[in-house]
Amino acid sequence: MTENRRDSIGTKGEEKGSIQKFEYWLAGIPSVSGKKKIQLKAQFPDPEELYRLPKGQLQKAPWLTEKEKAAIAAAQQIPEPKLDAGVCCCAKEQIQLATWQDAKYPKRLRDIYNPPYGLYYRGSLPPEDAPSVAIVGARSCSAYGVQMAGEIGWGLASQGISVISGMALGIDGAGHQGALKAHGRTYGIFGCGVDVCYPASHRELYEAIPARGGLVSEYQPRTKPLAMFFPQRNRIISGLSDAVIVVEAREKSGALITADFALEQGREVYAVPGRAGDPLSEGANRLIRQGAGIFLSIGDFLKEMGIFADFVGYSAKNQKLSLEKSEKLVYSCVDLSPKSIEGLLAETSLPFGELMEILESLREKGCILEVYKNYYIRLEISGFA
Amino acid sequence: MYSIVSTATVCGIQSVLVQVEADVSDGMPAFEMVGALSSEVKEAKERVRAAFRNSGIRLAPKKITVNIYPADIRKTGTGFDLPIALAILAAYGKVPGKHLEGILFAGEISLNGEIRPTAGILPMVLAAKEAGKHTVCIPKGNLGEAELVKGMAVLPAETLSQVAGVVEEFHQDPEKFQTSKVPPRTGQCMAEGCDFAGIHGQKILKRACEVAAAGRHNMLLVGPPGAGKTMAARATATILPALSEEEALEIARIYSVSGRFGQRQGQFFARPFRNPHHTISVAGLAGGGTVPKPGELSLAHKGVLFLDELTEFKREALEVLRQPLEEKSIRIARSSGSFCFPADVMLIGAMNPCGCGYYPDRRKCACSPSVVSRHLGKLSRPLLDRIDLTVEVRRLPLAEIISGEREETSETIQNRVQAVKEVQKKRFAGSAISCNSQIPAANIEEFCPMGQDAKKLLQGSFERLGLSARGYYRAIRVARTIADIEGSRQIRRVHMMESLMYREIDRKAWVGLG
Repeated sequence: MTENRRDSIGTKGEEKGSIQKFEYWLAGIPSVSGKKKIQLKAQFPDPEELYRLPKGQLQKAPWLTEKEKAAIAAAQQIPEPKLDAGVCCCAKEQIQLATWQDAKYPKRLRDIYNPPYGLYYRGSLPPEDAPSVAIVGARSCSAYGVQMAGEIGWGLASQGISVISGMALGIDGAGHQGALKAHGRTYGIFGCGVDVCYPASHRELYEAIPARGGLVSEYQPRTKPLAMFFPQRNRIISGLSDAVIVVEAREKSGALITADFALEQGREVYAVPGRAGDPLSEGANRLIRQGAGIFLSIGDFLKEMGIFADFVGYSAKNQKLSLEKSEKLVYSCVDLSPKSIEGLLAETSLPFGELMEILESLREKGCILEVYKNYYIRLEISGFA
Repeated sequence: MYSIVSTATVCGIQSVLVQVEADVSDGMPAFEMVGALSSEVKEAKERVRAAFRNSGIRLAPKKITVNIYPADIRKTGTGFDLPIALAILAAYGKVPGKHLEGILFAGEISLNGEIRPTAGILPMVLAAKEAGKHTVCIPKGNLGEAELVKGMAVLPAETLSQVAGVVEEFHQDPEKFQTSKVPPRTGQCMAEGCDFAGIHGQKILKRACEVAAAGRHNMLLVGPPGAGKTMAARATATILPALSEEEALEIARIYSVSGRFGQRQGQFFARPFRNPHHTISVAGLAGGGTVPKPGELSLAHKGVLFLDELTEFKREALEVLRQPLEEKSIRIARSSGSFCFPADVMLIGAMNPCGCGYYPDRRKCACSPSVVSRHLGKLSRPLLDRIDLTVEVRRLPLAEIISGEREETSETIQNRVQAVKEVQKKRFAGSAISCNSQIPAANIEEFCPMGQDAKKLLQGSFERLGLSARGYYRAIRVARTIADIEGSRQIRRVHMMESLMYREIDRKAWVGLG
């Protein structure tokens, strides 16, 4: 009976022509780096040969460490039906695999140090002929950061640029969301299997992104999100991008790891400046101090990148909006960092009812945003949000 | 010889009259007591015996039998000493038994013959009155509570040797003991030394407190440490509308049963304010014990139950609040019986928005979204659903603290609250509802007429703010109170705006930053 089922699974997988099961096996061996796997692949063009290699034959590959050999030996113990099941599962979940020798393997990753051997993805991979930019930053960020990331994602995606990020809470998620709002392409790079929705609260993004781009991971489906995977995942974020924009990062932030990788890989690094002394922007400011590009506006950025020299900013719309005198008073008091109604009451000395009316009308005009209960920030660009 | 004396035992906050019989006969000297007695009642035997000797009362050694009937009610409490002693004296013929008739005796006797204050005197006196008795003899220390009951003659007992004299005196001149005092209307609230005049700035917080007090809405204060949450809660208790005499008596009864009447002395008309520590147990909060005694929930009856650091309370303790917050009473069933304690409280909770306390001030708070979410998650939805107003308490800038601006006193605010209370009284006349927070969803249309623009605003916000059905009705109830404060029959747009400002913190939006 087992025999039968195995057969049926095998044929099903091959019919779809999706994933070759020994490629799947090779890509999934843990603790062997992508670089070593590429070397292995050169030595054993057919991974099945490696899978069936009797014990001890690996001596031929002297560049493998003992640990790596042990990992391969352990992987050889995985029974074939299990591989079949894995491949079948990928087909069912519409997960595809691009390995090093595939044509669809992103060219941008080919020349980075230690590229992943295989990329599992759901949806598509970033197109080679369109520019791609990564937006990264802190998970616990300010409303201003979320606002900026969303605007940048929106602006880039609406210009046909692929927006790449890590799907984390905070800046990353806001970047994706901005891109989705512009109906543009966006790609989420995972530190776990692409069939694992992490963080769980980003379920909406997780479901929306494959249709407009893709979810990408070097880890086999069902891999749990472990802390050790995430720094490694960052090299793919920067690797897939032409430039990396750091929006908000504390002094020790994962976003800075991405920036380091980007420099190593020869990508442009930009940072959105924050106020000096603001702990939330300390990392971003330090990047600028070290020579990173300063991100001021999308038009500016695109010009500098030489992508769209004739890009017209879309902030003009807001300035034309005529505000009443009292509205201007309130608008001038609202800041980029959230302000409470009570703070506004004290600052404007308007009666409560009037202030509430003005806030309501400003909100309707898209000049301010209620970021959390009774806290408002101003919106600079009316196209977004 | 045989004698009989009336007394009472406490069940919950009620009292039941019982009779103490004593029989003295020849035979082997002995002292027997029967009649479903709890251990503290059985101990009366030793106390009474020693008290007799130390009061200089010599009794011939005889066989003494005491029975307390009806025998199917379990007798608890320490008030039985005095009636037992008098029944024995009467049975010995030392006191004319006829003189004890029609008088209810209660009180604990110490070994030297002194008569000590006893818990539960007030419900006993009330029970005596209901049963048609007109005279009680109680410890002098309990005089204050016994005098609250109108139309009763109260004989204060100080020592065992003096009791017979007092009873004698009463029979000669009954008029002398007719006392019934209505205590002076002093003390607005049991949260002493707090006044809104002492809170600077915090306009929205103060306003929310006023709204909460006026409509008797439950309130949750969220803010960083040291912002003044506790102060605001205490001050809120000072602006609640004045108690009626009936309500005050009900509160006095609860305090009497739990032996805390002393706390109400001199502030008979004060609204209770209870702030139990967050380590409190379920029984401590709800009431309990083998013979249930009222918990903090009942001690805060008609007043404020303030739970500081709400997120630190044991989950089970908080969940126990759910049903009493709806029903305004709590029923506790134990092997000794089922007891119903009143629990009509206004709940005020205070909590920090996150573990470190400074969220959403990102310059100070480094809590990750999941940590903040977990912190807020410590409160269950059903409990949050019973809280009408959620207010952020802002950390005050120095300028506001030292502004020296004259702030409204609690008294001024209380006058407004009192006026709104009258409006509600009129509105709900003839129905079971007593305040805006209790308007059932079915009657919203009837009691809360809304202007067109207010309706439109609410409907528009329903989607935008992701309100629940319950949140929808809550917004209307709070708006009703705000309209009442503003003296408007109809709920207008500005009232609805303010009401929406007090909506609960939406956990997802709060953490996810949009």
